Amino acid sequence: MIAIIDYQMSNLFSVKNALECLGIDSEITSDVTKIMAAKGAILPGVGAFAEAMKHLKTLDLIQPIKDFINSGKPFMGICLGFHLLFTESEEFGVTRGMDILQGKVESFSRHVKSKKIPHIGWNRILTNNDVIKEDSFISPLKDINSDEYMYFVHSFYVDPDNKDIIATETEYDSFTFCSSVLKGNVFASQFHPEKSGTSGLKILKNYFLSL
Amino acid sequence: MLVVSIIEMSLAYRIIPRLDIKGPNLVKGVHLEGLRVLGKPEYFAKYYYEQGADELFYQDVVASLYGRNSLHEIISKTAKAIFIPLTVGGGIRTIDDIKNALRSGADKVSINTSAIENPDLIKKASNVFGKSTIVVAIEAIKQPDGHYLAFTDNGRNYTGIEVTKWAKNAEELGAGEIVLTSVDREGTGSGFDSELIKRVTEVVSIPVVVHGGAGRLEHLAQIFNNITEISGVSIASILHYDYIKKYKDLDGYESEGNIDFLRSSKSMSHIHSTNLTNIKEYLISKNINCRVVHDN
Repeated sequence: MIAIIDYQMSNLFSVKNALECLGIDSEITSDVTKIMAAKGAILPGVGAFAEAMKHLKTLDLIQPIKDFINSGKPFMGICLGFHLLFTESEEFGVTRGMDILQGKVESFSRHVKSKKIPHIGWNRILTNNDVIKEDSFISPLKDINSDEYMYFVHSFYVDPDNKDIIATETEYDSFTFCSSVLKGNVFASQFHPEKSGTSGLKILKNYFLSL
Repeated sequence: MLVVSIIEMSLAYRIIPRLDIKGPNLVKGVHLEGLRVLGKPEYFAKYYYEQGADELFYQDVVASLYGRNSLHEIISKTAKAIFIPLTVGGGIRTIDDIKNALRSGADKVSINTSAIENPDLIKKASNVFGKSTIVVAIEAIKQPDGHYLAFTDNGRNYTGIEVTKWAKNAEELGAGEIVLTSVDREGTGSGFDSELIKRVTEVVSIPVVVHGGAGRLEHLAQIFNNITEISGVSIASILHYDYIKKYKDLDGYESEGNIDFLRSSKSMSHIHSTNLTNIKEYLISKNINCRVVHDN
């Protein structure tokens, strides 16, 4: 069973539907016992960083997420779930994140001057072949072509301190940003695998089907 | 593998089928008021998804007039089978309506009437659900003096509000995107209204998807070449006939009769029906960046 962590920031059912379509058993839950017992976990999310951190604190989910990650089982962060793993975000003033991975969440307005914000739609992910090799799990990016399209919708991007964890990069208005990271058992993406058609489903399948 | 050299801006233009829904059925307006049933929305949706639709729009076309909002079963069925973003609109009036639509499986909601009547809804909804979840739909009708005014209730209700002012206001209140419909062009197949589109894309910094007027492949290439700031197009008439022709017999469609009625009104003769695969291949051949789906 894969735990889809419910911290009241929408976007849960699409993830569940995608896993169901792949024949992967999952449960939407904020119950710590269930999360810790799961074979894999997903932290999805859409919305504001500060609001999300508030919910995570209120629901006492931050330490369980850290514990789950330390257990070595596959963990996937999606969009806001990706942002929250990092040190801090500059959305509406500086807010601390979970600091599980080090880096900052910054606004596109710093670099994107002649295109619309949010960055919405299908954009290419260029895979960093050195990073996507992962020994203990089937890499989520296995068989994903190096210029595959995924679905994005965001106004902020992640700038990881350690560039070695950057698994894919994407370009918007001549600005190249990190579109996913892979570090040990943590894979997190800016794009939405559950909304990226068959390409996105492949990522979920790679990471969770064999568990 | 496609040659990548032509593509500077990697974000692809979005091609979004729009399905008008009444009760359990997909419908299409034939004349100004009449709605014809074409079949089951979830079958069309699956077909479009497989052909490479980038997103889907479901519009409940009667909800606004009668205050109803009964799409949830269709949304649910669709969300279990297609894994691209689904935007739902029509009769969405409150935070609860939005919550319910998202719960059923919608990724975004589109609001028009309720946003104009109560602009604060945009702000509130954007705060609760996230900016990217809230799409403001603007239905524009050109006035004799050259201005475009925003209408509600599928182009029936006069508001007196000028479109560019409203678009700017919607952005300030927290809309994530705008879907701009030319009511004058919708269903006519006579091409998009560039003037309208230019005016709106010039005043907002959020993405704008345009709707109304696509009748042939050339219209799509033209609009992307003319106004590179648009994020995508929403199309309806140009697509639905293709599905019907293909699946007329398999879909148990016989009860609706043949499709000649769809061509009976003068305006329909301007629609050169096609499918998404053709559209995408055509755009690529014109060096317009879009996402093509390959059979896996």
